Amino acid sequence: MNPGKIKEGHVNKDHYIRQDVFVPASNWFVAASLIAASILNFLPLQGEFLLLRPDFLAITIAYWNINYPHKMGMSVAFGLGLMMDVGNAGILGQHALAYCIVVYLTLVFGRRLRLFTPVKQAPQIGLVLLMMQWAIVLVALSTDSLLPDWQYYLATVAGALLWVPVSYLFTLLLRQKPDPDAL
Amino acid sequence: METVPQFFRHGPGPFTRLFVFILLSCLLIAEDTRLKYFPQFRQTIGVIIFPLQKIAYIPASIYDQIGEFIASFYLLEENEKLRRIYLDNREQLLKLHALEVENVQLRKLLGAVQQIETATKTKAVLAEILSTPRDPFSHKITLNKGSQHHIQLGQAVIDDQGIVGQITQLYPWSSEVTLLTDKDHSVPVQVVRNSLRSVVSGTGRNDELELRYLSVNTDIQQGDLLVTSGIGGVYPPGIPVAAVLRIERDPTGDFAQIISTPVAGVDRNRQVLVLALVQPESNESQEIPAIEPGKN
Repeated sequence: MNPGKIKEGHVNKDHYIRQDVFVPASNWFVAASLIAASILNFLPLQGEFLLLRPDFLAITIAYWNINYPHKMGMSVAFGLGLMMDVGNAGILGQHALAYCIVVYLTLVFGRRLRLFTPVKQAPQIGLVLLMMQWAIVLVALSTDSLLPDWQYYLATVAGALLWVPVSYLFTLLLRQKPDPDAL
Repeated sequence: METVPQFFRHGPGPFTRLFVFILLSCLLIAEDTRLKYFPQFRQTIGVIIFPLQKIAYIPASIYDQIGEFIASFYLLEENEKLRRIYLDNREQLLKLHALEVENVQLRKLLGAVQQIETATKTKAVLAEILSTPRDPFSHKITLNKGSQHHIQLGQAVIDDQGIVGQITQLYPWSSEVTLLTDKDHSVPVQVVRNSLRSVVSGTGRNDELELRYLSVNTDIQQGDLLVTSGIGGVYPPGIPVAAVLRIERDPTGDFAQIISTPVAGVDRNRQVLVLALVQPESNESQEIPAIEPGKN
């Protein structure tokens, strides 16, 4: 393949360069973001809002595993999933399995995903979230539940849309502060 | 022997780890749905997540308080309206008491078995809905009262319209309610119009209950109100459960397909009442009807 054929615009150079000056995320920051996401997941919503509510925790887990792999392991995701299961009054192990799948997919495809800007990452995150929902549906089907109707997948769409602001928010929080004493 | 520097060592690969965790969750799923060896495990997680749920509830309570503050401008009007409703209800309650006494007298005359307990006597605890699950599979809600507030397993939960469900899981400060629409949930009911007794079961779909095993020629009509019959001793008798939505009478089948909708709505209000367990009366006070042999 002719390297000259690769257009400059396809790879976001600025994004690459900016990524290198990120401060390494502290463990406390990761923990705080995960707790905040679980609280958002527990919000007592009703009706239409409940259908549209994205899985904040899954998005946060995806963010850490794409941008800072090995910052939070699969066991943490498993534990958080168990908490979601009890909070949702669901089958124990359902969300735990789903979050482990999110960790796996984002770990494996994370390096490829990092090439894109958050806007271009959004549909791919949507796919990851869809896989996660299918895992949840599969577990539910194993206990004679009915297949959910199409509105169930609105949460995935909402999650993919939410990825962009969440991603920018974390980038903003993690950006290195300009040091006045430098040089 | 292979020596890997510490820096490159990450433990087993992602796929191996995923495999281990899939196995682990399959074990947990089997434990939770079929075996149920460790009920304490769920309890422990319930206690851990309670503070998070409590924090998540703060916005809702602020919203409620703002709503109350705005409503306080209309207090006088509301007070007047409520007083009118109170008087109306009072009148009906007095009538009900009179009827109850009359009913007891008539039953004594008949020598019938005393009803277990009347609906007007049951005590109730007000609880708030702490969370509703996000996925459509679990027809359950979490309340903010638990075993520390003397909630017991099996208590009936109602709202202002009718039965919502039954307490099925207890945590120290919260509890889970299985809704009527859960596919494993059934309520003994009777039709108000003709006191036909049956059992209404959840289907797993929202807003849909099913009356099973009623024959094709059963006397049941669209719009019939179903109330609890009190049989089984879980639900106090006479509380509305559902209204018949549609009836499909297939002459080739044995049973009519009767679909009804629950009258209570958990998505409408945030407060529910947890009714005290129906206490079966002691054997001495129960009158056994004297059946005289050879009379029929």
